[in-house]
Amino acid sequence: MSNDVYVVGTDMIKFGRFPERTVPELGAQAALMALDDCGLTIQDMQALYSGNLFEASGGVGQRILREIGQTGIPVVNTANACATGATAFREGWMAIKAGVYDIVLCVGCEQMGTGLLGGAGGGKGIPTEGLLGSGTMPSVFAHVGLEHTRKYGTTFEQFAKVSVKNHHHSTLNAKAMYQKETPLEEVMGAEMISYPNTKLMCSVNVDGSAAAVLCSEKKARELGLMGRAVKVRASALASDPYTSRNIAMMDFNAVTRLAAKTAYDMAGLGPDDVDLIELHDCFATAEIVHYENLGLCKDGEAGRLIDSGATQLGGRIPVNVSGGLLSKGHPLGATGIANIYEVTTHLRGEAGNRQVDGARIGLTHVVGAGSACAVHILEKV
Amino acid sequence: MSAAGVATKPAPTTKGVVPFLKIPKDGEPYLAGSKCSSCGEVVAGTRTVCGKCGARKGIEPVKLGTTGKLYNFTVVHRNFPGVPVPFISAIVDVDGGGTLKGNLLGVEPDPNKIKFDMPVKIVIRPVPQKDKDGNSYLAYFFEPKS
Repeated sequence: MSNDVYVVGTDMIKFGRFPERTVPELGAQAALMALDDCGLTIQDMQALYSGNLFEASGGVGQRILREIGQTGIPVVNTANACATGATAFREGWMAIKAGVYDIVLCVGCEQMGTGLLGGAGGGKGIPTEGLLGSGTMPSVFAHVGLEHTRKYGTTFEQFAKVSVKNHHHSTLNAKAMYQKETPLEEVMGAEMISYPNTKLMCSVNVDGSAAAVLCSEKKARELGLMGRAVKVRASALASDPYTSRNIAMMDFNAVTRLAAKTAYDMAGLGPDDVDLIELHDCFATAEIVHYENLGLCKDGEAGRLIDSGATQLGGRIPVNVSGGLLSKGHPLGATGIANIYEVTTHLRGEAGNRQVDGARIGLTHVVGAGSACAVHILEKV
Repeated sequence: MSAAGVATKPAPTTKGVVPFLKIPKDGEPYLAGSKCSSCGEVVAGTRTVCGKCGARKGIEPVKLGTTGKLYNFTVVHRNFPGVPVPFISAIVDVDGGGTLKGNLLGVEPDPNKIKFDMPVKIVIRPVPQKDKDGNSYLAYFFEPKS
């Protein structure tokens, strides 16, 4: 028997705005849905790995158990920027890989509110936002995009096409926040936030939750759950290696390349083996640079890749067929596990009218400011 | 504490908007950096360990240069309430080492009018904002170098 780890149950709630509900209530809902997906109960789980960022000191995992059954199992609460949910998933994977547990529950949840994230200063002295440049997330990822423009001449229109594509994909996903087409002229004509990111090129702040049940091969066979199981071929996590401009201009490229290389090496696979990808399109500019960071094309070719249609549903390597963070929404702590749900659903052949035909290998990627990047590679059994 | 038991606040003074903007008692304000004598890396700010090579000895305090080149930018149109827009958020590679983020002044906030690699001056000047204790601040800005 191998020591491989499998996703045997997973689900997510429809992302939206639920100000009347609590964070643990949202997490509990996804947890119960994931348990139902594999016909198990909280009594079957040996540990809970919970991902939440904004209530990181609030014992969210324990509060989820109060909603779904206080069985006394160990709880680990994780907070790791936009990689929070993926980190919770990875901690669960690692515990099974190490032989400590046979079956665990991983939950990511977040309540976001609305408005700009980030911004410089706010500590001692006077606020530096707008005085020493901008630290808002749309500005940080505008810098990411314009660095690509500087190197390769990537255009505003090419960045905007990412939003057109992902909003189109979300019309096929009932669990996305929005199901609305956004033609190119609407994306480019929307309110400019930080050039070249218009409002429709910024991910949506939503509330949401997603969960996954992870299981050893031995336990999955015992429980008769191999039929819909999806194998975790690789799990990689990286922090940002030193690059000379990183302090002034956050570098999401080096950290993604490091995590991607680790994951491909662990899986013994390369980018050409992957059938679909859910990557971190927190802004339209980000998706373009991650095409190259994840090896979907050579450096400098990402603009032509979006132009070619290769990353649309039906193309060579569909990216963000869920609608992505841009239209499905981005509840920070939930996003990493929601990506796992999306890829697992395709590998099971259960994605309905957005199904990537014949998908056998899928990759998920999240990267958060600070920086933290997680890459997972999943395989149809 | 004063004799009457009332806390006395220090008199308002002028400070740097970031810890590495230094205001010497005698001499011109400057931006402080650190240079690693092992790997040669120069960064803004005061360091005791080199982030690049991990050296714990031989980190020398240096003054950052006063000129540089525009590496990257964005034009910010939407920001928090009270922050005047539009403005140019710029990333500048400082001549002699180090990279800074700051506002680029003296250029129209139009992406077509902003040139990558344009030479800039790094200027230090007072800003109108004061903190709650009444302290004044100096900040650094970028301007086109003619």
